[in-house]
Amino acid sequence: MATVPTVAPERAPAPDTVPTQADMSAAIARRHRELAALGDSAPATAVDFAPYRSSLLRHPTKNPRLADPEAVELHSPAFGEHDVAGVEADLTAHHTGEPQGERMTVTGTLMDGRGRPLRSQLVEVWQANASGRYVHQRDRHAAPLDPHFTGAGRIITDDQGRYSFTTIKPGAYPWRNHANAWRPAHIHFSVFGRAFLQRLVTQMYFPGDPMFPLDPIYNSIHRQADRDRLVAAYDHDANVPEFSIAYRFDIVVDGPDATWFERDGEPA
Amino acid sequence: MSASDVSLAPTPHQTVGPFFAFGLEYPDMHQVAHPHSDGAITLSGRLLDGAGAPVPDGVIEIFSATAGGEIPRERGSLRRDGLRFTGFGRAFTDDDGRYLFWTTEPAPTAAGGAAFFAVGVFARGLSARLATRIYVPGDADALASDPLLASLDQDEAATLTAVRTAEGHLVHDIRLQGERETVFLVF
Ligand SMILES: [Fe+2]
Repeated sequence: MATVPTVAPERAPAPDTVPTQADMSAAIARRHRELAALGDSAPATAVDFAPYRSSLLRHPTKNPRLADPEAVELHSPAFGEHDVAGVEADLTAHHTGEPQGERMTVTGTLMDGRGRPLRSQLVEVWQANASGRYVHQRDRHAAPLDPHFTGAGRIITDDQGRYSFTTIKPGAYPWRNHANAWRPAHIHFSVFGRAFLQRLVTQMYFPGDPMFPLDPIYNSIHRQADRDRLVAAYDHDANVPEFSIAYRFDIVVDGPDATWFERDGEPA
Repeated sequence: MSASDVSLAPTPHQTVGPFFAFGLEYPDMHQVAHPHSDGAITLSGRLLDGAGAPVPDGVIEIFSATAGGEIPRERGSLRRDGLRFTGFGRAFTDDDGRYLFWTTEPAPTAAGGAAFFAVGVFARGLSARLATRIYVPGDADALASDPLLASLDQDEAATLTAVRTAEGHLVHDIRLQGERETVFLVF
């Protein structure tokens, strides 16, 4: 095996001129104070969050316009069980052998802001392997690929709005945002709500991660209560004894707002 | 207290990150309509950053009405059969920031209304999904009386309205920042 790791540009060792973690932590704290001063008008996730350096040229500078949603925005693409094969919910079963890592299940309910379950909705997940490496040609983190793990799954929520999948716990990984920058372990989630305007892509984290205060992406959410909503709960009673540990992660899509009434009078 | 009185705070958005392709890609995801089907057109354009540079790691999603102005209720957006029109499409931007869909031109869902594609934008560096619209050009009266477009000045409205090519295809750039920044929406 090669002993010299190949390092892609986005993962290259940071030169001395890039910000340190101390610089970054100070910038995070400063931006959190600015956002807190805006009160309730600040969105949960700030697209204008300079510590996440890739955002600098990619965030809108104007306030978004408040629009009355129309019918197409109050409906959502329809999915059904035939869209997804059952095996897609077991990320440990996509190859001939067992992947390395802590086997776990993640289960949760997808619901709207009124607590109503969202059934037959598509949940897509993707993640790094146990050593923090993605199956992606641009990820050259010098950590091993696992021939038995790809790390992508799909689930259609059941009649109670529940989803569940089996996987292994992803590892933390380095990135090039600043010197010695690491992402806390996470799983990427993409979900559909009842309305296209409820579309949500987010990340699920693991409880007690010491990297939380250091990470500009996690901290692009300035309120602690909102950040807490992205942390799964360890669910001991849901473990499969001698087989897998369990986490619970409920997902709430935005709305419906009282003003989102369809033209035929049905609330979205 | 009934279920409808519950008010739960939403789960916040996070960036789609750089490594989404293997998680979000599926066959024919950009072919809302089969390219050889009746009325099939392309909707394409570029996703650009505040320096006018292409965003090569973005995801554009569309959802739109049928050519008859109906909201699609067909399942099967993930398993395209080339026949059912589900209205939903997903496209990754390429190295030039370009996205492309094959679809049909939506009709207005209400008489006298303006037809548009509902659009979601995701990218590395973009911490939350952006919502916008791409209006179909042509019906000047409907566009002029559209409540959203009427609330914008001419330059802003132009950031939401596609251009039709001589071949009948639709072209529309999305600018995340800067001059001619696309108008993004909250509801
Ligand atoms: Fe990631």
